[in-house]
Amino acid sequence: MKSKIPGYDRYAKYGYIFSIPFVIAFLLFSLYPTVYTALIGFTDLKGLGMSSIHFLSDDIFKNFKAVLASPSFQQAFKNTVVLWLLNFIPQIFLALLLAAWFTDKRSKVKGQGAYKVLLYMPNIITAATIAILFSGFFGYPMGPVNDLLVRFGFAEKPLELLRSKTVARGVVIFIQTWMWYGSTMITLISGILGISPEIYESAEVDGSNRVQTFFYITLPNVKTILLFTLVTSLIGGLNMFDIPRLFQNGGPDNSTLTTSLFIYNQAFSGSYMYNRAAAASMIMFVIIAIIASMMFFVMRDKDEAKLRKQIRQQQKAYIKKLKAGKESGSC
Amino acid sequence: MLKNKENRIIKIIIYVVCTFLAILSVLPFVIMIVNATRSTTEIQQHAISLIPSGYIMNNFKILVGKSFNPLVGFMNSLIISVGSTALALYFSSLTAYAQVAYNWKLRNAFFSFIMIVMMIPAQVTMIGFYQMVYKIHMTNHLSMLILPAIASPAMVFFMRQYLQPTLSMEIVQSARIDGAGEFKIFNRIVLPIMKPAIATQAIFSFVASWNNLFTPLVLLTDQKKYTMPIMVSLLKGDIYKTEYGSVYLGLTLTVLPLIIVYLLLSKYIIAGVALGGVKG
Repeated sequence: MKSKIPGYDRYAKYGYIFSIPFVIAFLLFSLYPTVYTALIGFTDLKGLGMSSIHFLSDDIFKNFKAVLASPSFQQAFKNTVVLWLLNFIPQIFLALLLAAWFTDKRSKVKGQGAYKVLLYMPNIITAATIAILFSGFFGYPMGPVNDLLVRFGFAEKPLELLRSKTVARGVVIFIQTWMWYGSTMITLISGILGISPEIYESAEVDGSNRVQTFFYITLPNVKTILLFTLVTSLIGGLNMFDIPRLFQNGGPDNSTLTTSLFIYNQAFSGSYMYNRAAAASMIMFVIIAIIASMMFFVMRDKDEAKLRKQIRQQQKAYIKKLKAGKESGSC
Repeated sequence: MLKNKENRIIKIIIYVVCTFLAILSVLPFVIMIVNATRSTTEIQQHAISLIPSGYIMNNFKILVGKSFNPLVGFMNSLIISVGSTALALYFSSLTAYAQVAYNWKLRNAFFSFIMIVMMIPAQVTMIGFYQMVYKIHMTNHLSMLILPAIASPAMVFFMRQYLQPTLSMEIVQSARIDGAGEFKIFNRIVLPIMKPAIATQAIFSFVASWNNLFTPLVLLTDQKKYTMPIMVSLLKGDIYKTEYGSVYLGLTLTVLPLIIVYLLLSKYIIAGVALGGVKG
């Protein structure tokens, strides 16, 4: 970017000075741990309380090979991808449907503010609490779900629901979808509201119906936001930890074991294999870094100008909303 | 006329689906809160009820009689969340200001760097972080959960996007002419301009820190240092196996502050989510 004011460079040094705290904290708490994690992946560091590192002398990639060959890591990786995918599909579908409904000028849904507040609420609640709450709901013999099943005659006697891999996975997927569709919906609504109203008006004049409007106008115009949602959700999904850990601790039979949980279990239980955990971390790090940089290049080149414009519009709307909100008090 | 009828049907479907989803959002928490007031025997007879009972004090006694100490968890979580949020807000604003106001050589490179690293979660580098903290004997120090917030790349990105169109360099220039130093200009003039962005980010940063389980679980082994999410995880243990009422009460206690704050600030939170969507 060009300088806005001539004689500006006199102050250039402050750009460096003001960035120093960030850089120092980043070097200490992010970069160093990253490099250190990578190094540990090549050592024999294991055992509680151990911290001195010795590089592997026989085969430097031994930990990486062991992790990649480990059936439970393979299972964990497969689970992570499946759990993410099966939560993302209904999540994005529901969010798109609701966003289309809430922004449709022909339907004018009333009480939108209240709906948004309620649908977003699960997102803000501690995931750890939600996981334990749901594991209580599916409890045996007398959890609320069993209570309902027996009371309404779906089952003759209480079932040990969480013994089933499918039920356990299903509940984790449900929790994830339930926690996140509200957030995705609000993001999409704000994106749709950023589309110029003239496009919609002329579409209506041309006689396009709701479905056509959605597929030919709304969807192409929120492509960037969809991509952004996809990437952030994928990265979040690859790190899924709280819910699988506190719901059934990866069980039954490793059916909800995720890679983050695998890493945690390797490093902080059993024989404290920091080296294996570090190798697994680095494998995940590389995958995430690739996804993140793909996102970076797509956002930077193709849609940067468009995105900037959108951000500016949103900010204006947001400030207006905050100002208006102070007076009216409703969302 | 046909169009009108079709419109009505669509509207009815919309309201039915939205109301169903709204109930689905609330119901688990309602069951949780009601069960917190019921005795274990009552819950065993019927685990779902919408009528509160009178066993809340009894449940509370059983709850705190074991290892669960909500007050300790609450205080530790508060210290960490307030500390890390304050640091993240101040230093992210400062870094963003350096991006927007000054023309320095590495500026664009530094910004690209921030954009790349902001997607990388702290979790994948936790082993190295733990080993580092362990080596300097700082596990069980809350500061290790607070100080890393000084470098919050995603927040810097957001603050920069906000500041870019908002900041007028003329104001900065006139303050310079009045003899104000650069640091003072940032504290006195720029920070107030950024208030709306700071408010939004404050909420999200606070909630994220409050709900974080992974990092505290790795670093904190001393019961007196446990945060709320670790306290919650104790409820899963064997000691509360048959004390259903107390478990529900414990869960309620951890969630209640969040629900209250959410309902008070929901307007800003929803607006903040909307803004965050295009933050990139």
